[in-house]
Amino acid sequence: MSRRAVFKFRLYVAGDALNSAQAIANLSAFCREHLPDRHKIEVVDVFREPKRALAESILMTPTLVVHTPPPVRRIVGTLSHALTLLLALGLNTASP
Amino acid sequence: MNPSRSSRLKSPAKTPTGIAGFDEITGGGLPCGRTTLLVGGPGSGKTVLALQFLAHGAGERKEPGIFVAFEESSKRIVANAESFGWKLSELQRKKKLYFMDAQPLPDLVQSGDFDLGGMLAALEVKAREMGARRIVFDALDVVLALLPDLAAERREIYRLHAWLLARELTGIITLKSGADETYSISQQPFGFMQFMVDCAVILNHSVVLGVSQRSLRVQKYRGSGFDEDESSFLIGSQGLEVAVAYMLSRADLKISKGRVTSGVNRLDTMLGGGYFRGASVLITGYSGTAKTTFCGAFAEAACGRGERTLFVCFDTNSIEVIRNLTSVGIRLDRYVKNGRLRMVSARTITGSAETYLVRIKALAQQHGARCVVIDPVSAWSKSGNDLTAYSVTDRLIDWSKGAGITLLCTSLLDEMSGQVEGGSPLQISTLVDTWIHLNYLIQAGERNRGLSIVKSRGTAHSNQVRELILSDTGVTLADTYTAGGEVLMGTLRWEKERAERAQHEAAEVAAKLKRVRLDAEEAELEVRLKSLQTELVAKQVEKALLVRTTQSDKGELSRGRTQMKELRGADAAIPGRKVGTS
Repeated sequence: MSRRAVFKFRLYVAGDALNSAQAIANLSAFCREHLPDRHKIEVVDVFREPKRALAESILMTPTLVVHTPPPVRRIVGTLSHALTLLLALGLNTASP
Repeated sequence: MNPSRSSRLKSPAKTPTGIAGFDEITGGGLPCGRTTLLVGGPGSGKTVLALQFLAHGAGERKEPGIFVAFEESSKRIVANAESFGWKLSELQRKKKLYFMDAQPLPDLVQSGDFDLGGMLAALEVKAREMGARRIVFDALDVVLALLPDLAAERREIYRLHAWLLARELTGIITLKSGADETYSISQQPFGFMQFMVDCAVILNHSVVLGVSQRSLRVQKYRGSGFDEDESSFLIGSQGLEVAVAYMLSRADLKISKGRVTSGVNRLDTMLGGGYFRGASVLITGYSGTAKTTFCGAFAEAACGRGERTLFVCFDTNSIEVIRNLTSVGIRLDRYVKNGRLRMVSARTITGSAETYLVRIKALAQQHGARCVVIDPVSAWSKSGNDLTAYSVTDRLIDWSKGAGITLLCTSLLDEMSGQVEGGSPLQISTLVDTWIHLNYLIQAGERNRGLSIVKSRGTAHSNQVRELILSDTGVTLADTYTAGGEVLMGTLRWEKERAERAQHEAAEVAAKLKRVRLDAEEAELEVRLKSLQTELVAKQVEKALLVRTTQSDKGELSRGRTQMKELRGADAAIPGRKVGTS
C-alpha cells in the first residue's frame, strides 16, 4: 500500500440516529488525526437512498465501506475504537 | 379431534401457507400481518417451510414475498429448492419473489454500537416496490450473534418486530435452537421472542430406533385455536407435508354402494357380491396363509376390469411376487407390461412410516390408481415406533376413502406373540370396513388354511369358516365339514367327502334297482291288463254276435210266419207293397 494513498470512505447512516451521528463524528476525528489530507468521506443516508444500501447489501447501520485502497473493507459500528480502525485499515505500522 | 375446535378455528385474517396439513392444524395458516417464529434444530426444515410459505404466496396468492437470507446465500437456497418444483427462478424474474443476501461477511470488522436500520430501510423500499405481503427472515440468530450484548439483541428484535407490524407484513422469523434443546427453548437468549410474536412453531427432528422422524408443534397462536399436539411431517418431493387426520367436519367422503370383486368367486359370494368400492379391506394371518395370493387375485381382477392398480410389497421383491403368484394361476406380468399395474417393492429397513405413506400417496396419484394393495401394512410398525405406524395407517385409510380408492392391505400376525384371534398389531382392524382372517388349522397331522370373514360393514356376510385351497388353476374356497362341533379340513374333509360320496353311490344303486323292479312289475301288470282287455273285447264281440244272431233269428221267425200266412192265404190286412220292401 502506497504511503500517499487516498482513503475513500463511504459511511452508511440511518438518518439522525444516535449511533449514526456518533459514527460521523468519530470518523471525522479519526481522519483528522490519522489521515490528514488523504481521505474522502461520503455519507449515505439509507432512509434517503435505500437503493444504494440495497446494492451494497448494507445490513447494519452505521457501516463504513472502504473502497480504495483495495481490498474492500467493511466496518460496522460507531467507530469508537480508533485502534480497531487502524488495524482494519492496515495503518498500525505505517503511521504518518 | 375436539369438535368445538373447528368453530374456534374460523377466526379471520389468516395467511395460507400452502403446506398440506399445516393450514389445517392452524385453522387457515399464519396470522396475517403478524410475525411467526419458527424454531428448530439444524436440518429440521425451517428454511423449507419458510420458503414454501413465500413460494405459495407469490405463485398462487398474488402475494409477493421477500426472503432475507442471513445464513445461506440465496443462490444456494434457490438451487436447493429447485427439486420442489416451486419455480423460484421464474418468480424471481417476474419480481414476485426477492432474495436479499444478508450474510454478514466473514471479515466484517466491528467497532462500537450498530443496529439493523440499514437493512430495514433497504427492505422498506423493496417491499413497497414489489408490493410485498410476505417476508421471511431466515436464521436471524446469525445476525443477532453479531450484536455485542443481550440488550442490543432485544433492541434489534423489537425494532424488527415493530417494523413488521407497521408494514402489516406477514412475517416468518426462523431461529436455530440447540440440537437437543427444543423443549428448553425459553431459556435461550432469544427465548423472549416467543413471548413477543403472535405465533410460534417448533420444529423437531429426532431419530427413533434409527429412523428419522420429523414433527412440528404449534406452541402459541394468539387469538386462534390450533392443534396443540405434535404432528409428524415430512419433506417430500413437493415440499413439506404435515400429517393430519381428517377433521370431524370433513364430510366430503365419496361413499359408493358399488361392489368390486375380490378376484375369488366364492369369497365374493360370501361377502354378498365382493368388496365395497372405496372400502378398505384388511386381511390378517400368519405368514404363509396366502395373504399375498388374495392381494394378487384382487389386483388381477382390478386390472382385468381396466382399473389402474398400485401394488406395494414390503417383504418381497415385486418380481418374486409376480413369479410366485403364477403358481396359483394369477398372472400379473401382462398388466405390468401394459402399464395398468404398478408394482413397487419397498423394503422395510429404511424410512419411517410417514415416509411410506407420502410415497404411496404420491405413487398412487402419479399412477392414477383406483385400487391400492399394500402387502403387508404391518411392516410399518417395524420401522420407527408403533404409535406413528398406527396414526399413519389411520390416515392411509382416511386418504384412500377420500380419494375413492379401494384399499386392500394385509397384516402379518406374529405366531410367536400369541395373538390368538388375530388382533392386528396395528389395531387397525377397527378402522377397516372388511376384515378377513386367514388361519391355519392343525388337525390329524395336517396344516390346512382356513378363511373367515370377521367383519364386513354394511354387508350380510357368511359366518362360516371356509377351507382355502390353492392350486395352479387359482384360489378356491371349499365348504368345511362340521362334525361333532369340529371343523374338518384337508384329508379329513376329503375322507368325509369320500364317505359321503360312497354312501350316495350306494343309495343311487339301490334306487336304480328298485326302479328296475318296479318297471318289471309295471310291465307285468300292463301285460295282464292287455290280455284282460283282449279277453274283454273277445267277450264283447261274442256278446254282440249273440245278440245279433238272436234278433235275426227272431226276424227270420216272424218273417217266416208271415210268409207262411201268405202262403196259407190268410187275411191280407197288410198291403202288398210292404211285402216288397222286406
